[in-house]
Order: sequence, then C-alpha cells, then structure tokens
Amino acid sequence: MRHLRTFATLFIATVKEIFDESAYARFLARECREHSAAAYADFIQEKHSAPIRRCC
Amino acid sequence: MAALRRVLWIGVALLGAAAIGVIALRRGEPINALWLVVAALCIYAIGLRFYSTFIAAKVLALDDTRATPAERLENGRDFVRTNKWVVFGHHFAAIAGPGPLLGPVLAAQFGYLPGTIWVLVGAVLGGCVQDFVILAFSVRRDGKSLCQMAKEEIGKVGGFVSFVAVLSIIIILLSVAALIVVNALKNSPWGTFTIAMTIPIALLMGIYLRTLRPGKVLETSAIGFVLVMFAIIGGQFVSHHAGLAKVFTLTAPQLAVAIIIYGFAASAVPVWLLLAPRDYLSTFVKLGTIIVLTLGILALRPTLQMPALTRFIDGTGPIFAGKLFPFAFITIACGAISGFHSLISSGTTPKLIARESHIRMIGYGGMAAESFVAIMAMIAACTLAPGAYFAVNSPAGIVGALPADATAMITSWNFPITAADMAHLAQSVGEGTLFNRTGGAPAFALGMAQIFSRALGGERFTAIWYHFAIMFEALFILTVLDAGTRVARFMLQDGLGHWWPMLGRTSSYPSILITSGLTVAAWGAFLWQGVRDPLGGINSLWPLFGIANQLLAIVALCVATTIIIKSARARFSWVTLAPLAWLLAVTFAASWHKVFNPNPRIGFLAHASALASGAVPAKATEISRLVFNDRLDAVVTAMLVILVTLILAESGMEWWRVLSGRKHAVTHESPYVQAEAVGVSG
Repeated sequence: MRHLRTFATLFIATVKEIFDESAYARFLARECREHSAAAYADFIQEKHSAPIRRCC
Repeated sequence: MAALRRVLWIGVALLGAAAIGVIALRRGEPINALWLVVAALCIYAIGLRFYSTFIAAKVLALDDTRATPAERLENGRDFVRTNKWVVFGHHFAAIAGPGPLLGPVLAAQFGYLPGTIWVLVGAVLGGCVQDFVILAFSVRRDGKSLCQMAKEEIGKVGGFVSFVAVLSIIIILLSVAALIVVNALKNSPWGTFTIAMTIPIALLMGIYLRTLRPGKVLETSAIGFVLVMFAIIGGQFVSHHAGLAKVFTLTAPQLAVAIIIYGFAASAVPVWLLLAPRDYLSTFVKLGTIIVLTLGILALRPTLQMPALTRFIDGTGPIFAGKLFPFAFITIACGAISGFHSLISSGTTPKLIARESHIRMIGYGGMAAESFVAIMAMIAACTLAPGAYFAVNSPAGIVGALPADATAMITSWNFPITAADMAHLAQSVGEGTLFNRTGGAPAFALGMAQIFSRALGGERFTAIWYHFAIMFEALFILTVLDAGTRVARFMLQDGLGHWWPMLGRTSSYPSILITSGLTVAAWGAFLWQGVRDPLGGINSLWPLFGIANQLLAIVALCVATTIIIKSARARFSWVTLAPLAWLLAVTFAASWHKVFNPNPRIGFLAHASALASGAVPAKATEISRLVFNDRLDAVVTAMLVILVTLILAESGMEWWRVLSGRKHAVTHESPYVQAEAVGVSG
C-alpha cells in the first residue's frame, strides 16, 4: 500500500512537472505572488522567453 | 543475496539471448511479437544495469558529493532540484517525438529483423551512451548547450559547425514532418477535418487557460482531449456529407500550402494562444497513447506477418531505394541514435538534476524507453499483411497509380494483395483509398488501429481508431513543426543579430516576422519539393533527414570524446569512439550514395541527369524545377558532410595535441562544490 501511494505521488508530481503546474507553483513562491490571471500571464511570458525544444 | 542477484541476471541474459535467437533464426513462419518485447526488455535491462554503471563509474566518475547546477544555482526557474523519476518523465516527454514511430515503419520494408537489431544495438551502445554522456557533461558545465560545449572544448570551428548543423537538421526535420502530415491527410476529409479542428481547440484551450482557469493545465488538456475525440467522431460525419467532404478533401499541394501558412502563423502569434496549449494537448495524447499501445501489444501478443528479411535488402525497395547498409541505419535514427537528443540533454534536463547519480537513469534509461517505443512501432507495422503494408507505403511512381496495377506489381513481389482487399481495408477505416500514402504514418495508424480495435470495441471501431491514430501522429508532428519553427527562428535571430542588431531582438515584431518568414520559407521549399516529387518525396527527404540527424550525433560524440580525452580518461574513449566510428561509416556512405550513386532512384545527381535526358519521365514544364531540386539536395548533403568533416578534423587535432603532450588539457568543467547533505530523493 505504501509503495502504491509513493508511486501515485511520483506519478502526479511527474505529470504536474510535464504540464508546468509545478513550475507555476514555483513561480508564485519565488515572486511572492498570489495565484491570478495576471500572475499566470507573467509566468507564461517568462516561461516562453526561450523556445520549447521537442525532439523528432 | 548477491548470489541470488547473479542468478537473476544470468536468467535475464539467457532469456534475452533466447528471444534474440528466435527473432534472428526463425525463417518462413510467423513469430509472435512478444519475442521482440522480451528481447528488447532484457537487452535494455542488461545495458542499464551493467554498461551504464560501467560508464558512470569509469568514464564519467559520477560523484554524489558534488553539487549539481540545480543545487548551486537554484533559482526556482531554470535551475530546480527535482526528483529523479519526475525528471525522467519530463525528459522522456521531450525526446519522444514522431521519429521513433515512423523510422521503424519505413525500415520494415527490409523485414522486421534489420530494423529491430539496429534499434536494440544502436540504442544500448550508441543512442543511450550519447544521451547519457552529453547530459553528464552538460551537468558538469552548468547546463551549457551542445554548441557552447563544442565551442569551448573543441574550438571556434566546432561551435560554428554545431550551430549550422543544428539549424540545418531542424529545417530538414520540419520539411519531412510536414510532408508526412500531407501524405497522411491528402484526399482524406475525415483526417483533414480532425486535424483542422485541433487548431480552434488549441485556441480555445489557450483562452480558457489564460482567462478562465489560469494555471490549470491538466484540466485544460483533458478538456482539449475530449474535444479532439468529438472532432474525430465529427470527422466521420463530415466524410459522409457530400458538401463538407468536398471542402475537406484537399490535394497534397493544397495541404502543403495550408501547412506552410499555419507554420508561419504559429510562429508569429503569441505562444500562450496556440503553441503552448497545442504542446500540452499533444503531450497528453502522446503519453497516453504510447502507454495504451504498449499495454495493447502486451495483452494481445499479435503475430508478425512481415518476414524477417525481404527481397528489398538488395536496394530495390519501393519505399526508399538503397541497400540494407547504409540505408537501414539512417532510416531509423530516433529509436537507435538521434543527434537531436543531444540538444535536449544539454537543454532543460541538466538544470533539473538533483544528484549526479540520477543522470544514469535519466540519460541512459530515457533513451532506452524511447527505443522501446520504436520496437512498438516496428511491431505495429509488421502485424499488417505485407501486401497491404507495401500498397500503403509505395509511391505511385513505383507501383503505378491504378489499384489494379499497384496490386499486381506488389503481388509479383510475393506479397499477395488484391484491389478488392485494399478497397475493403480502406472502407474499414473510413477512407476512399489507402494507396500511395508514403511516409509511414498511415501504415503505423493501420497497425495501431488493428491492435486497438481488437482490444477495445471490435471491428466496428477500426475506423475511429485509425483516425485517432492519424490525429495522434499529426497532432504531435504539427507540434514539432510549431516548436521547431520557433527554435529555428530564435537561432536565426541569434545568428543574424551579429550583422543587424534589430534582427537579434527576439521580442521585436518585425524581427519575428522576418525570421519566421525565412524559417518557414526554408522548410516550405523542401516540403514543396517533396509534395511535387513523383517518387513521393520520402525517397529523397527521409534519408536526408536521417543523414542530418546522425551527423549531429557525430558532432555530439566528437564533443563527448574530446572531453573524455581531456579528462585523462582516454583509455575509456572507445565508449564514444565506437558509435562515432559506426556513424561515420553509415552517414558518409549514405551521403556518398545519395549524391553520387549512378542509380537515379538513389543518387540525386543521377536522378537530375536522368530527368534532363528524358530517361525518367516528367512533365516538360517541371523538368528544370525537378533537376534544380535534385542538385539542391546534393549540395545540402555535401555541405553537411563537409561541415562535419571540419569538426571531426578539429576534434582529431585537439585529441592528438592532448594525447601527444603538446597541449595542456583544460576542460571547462565547473569547480567542485560539496553537495549539501539533504537531497531530493529518487
């Protein structure tokens, strides 16, 4: 049961990292801001100042 | 315990050897796909347990007491200490693209054996090693890129060549990716409608994510996925509606123009509106589908219909011409060894690694996982009846444009198929025809649809699954197109900014428009060439893509070998020199054939001469353009080889200077800093 819980936690953490939800949480913590549409817009602006690399 | 572990590993080795034996030695009778899965898993396990551990200990000397850049430079933005398995998933999502799905499907024209062996051996001794060592060296250099490492460790020529090679491969990759989508969607109202609908769906997702539910990416992606499923079902209605079907039935040139316009628009509009939501949606569908396909193959254990070897190892293949060596090895790049991965391994991933020991699983293991995806693709293609496989993948220029001619030709190769069989197959997936759909995507979709429909829903769902598979491939191919155009645009801005500072400003709109236009024009020209090619375009462009991709791997392996030699570990340099030597043999031989081979189906110059002399039929108005295209392809291939030869020569000189003691070896590794005791587990 403990292993299953660890696996589920890891799976959710991985998915949140892949889909940038963890990065957004870090952005809010770093900038000491509350979650809002404006904060998310600034996060996206910062995140995509460099191109996303996707392999062939 | 140690004895038990030893027995276990001996068991794994014996099982792997038995599976390889079955794959390699069975002739004349179909084998079960599970043998490929067992062989692959055993080989990856042994490679990961023993070879990667050897490299980690002896070649790289990974050290957990040394702080990684994610720890030393932690800023909560780029540099973030992250759990090993989370980085593994992130890295895998970035490296797994359409390449490992399509290359093995195309290489299946030689039979399942050559491609399978190359995927397994190439990955374990080449691709995994490349990804692993480049990731480790980038971690030791604060997450520097391949181009930066080439410039610092090899020299200025190395840096410049890496830059040009990266830009060239991206341009060629984008043109091939776009051509595959065109060939999958031409004259297919169902497929075209579904893919067209992903654009407004992505726009809706972008607006939803920006205004209604900011930051809820998973929720938005799930909604996008549901909408895409509705689009697939709607596509069936469109294909049966006379008026709508006409609107969405596009020829290859029409689709090419639409994709070129789309590529330009996607690069120029704000990222949050189209590119980011599309990327999320594509990743959502990609990971889910790969997992379901793997489970489907494991559950159904389908039988491979394709023989181990076909007659086309002699170089007369209808999908692409050329003998087994070197063409099988450039046809499958991603899945065995892909230079493009070195860009990811020296991009975001090194900035997330919490402990040096994590690099082994992420770099080596991540590539092994992608290689396994390639094995799944090989299985999906080889479960098709060979006659159907060749009918779908062969261009009209080889087998004829009429169904009766094509099936007669394919049957004469001992792969029996009739026009009625093909009509039934097309009808079962809701298409008017499946002939001449070169590029690998439709054949893979057929194989996947057969596996999915056997597991879920039965035959009446085959058409839905086929179009789901086409949507899945086209969606993430177009995402590669969006993201790749933007990467190339940034590189172009960086390069051109040295001459004209205005062009270097990445946020300047005129600069964005000019450099996006130049990038799209470059890949659009190759795409147009492929679309108008009577041989289907894949025959010339896919080998060019494979050559470019593996030439980039040569650059990465040169950088890695240089660092190994400079680190006083020259006795272990065979680890990177062996795959480097193999790739040199493969890419240089393939390049030579593609430029100078006297067979017009292989050599660009021979094809140009045959067109000019009338030996190859073509419309009089098109001859000069086709001849120009052939000569352009020859020049591009030669240019790439010359550039890589330069970096090889500069690397060789550096190795000689260091090994002979003429130069004091200086690596640009970051100074050692003791890691904190607390760490991120993994």
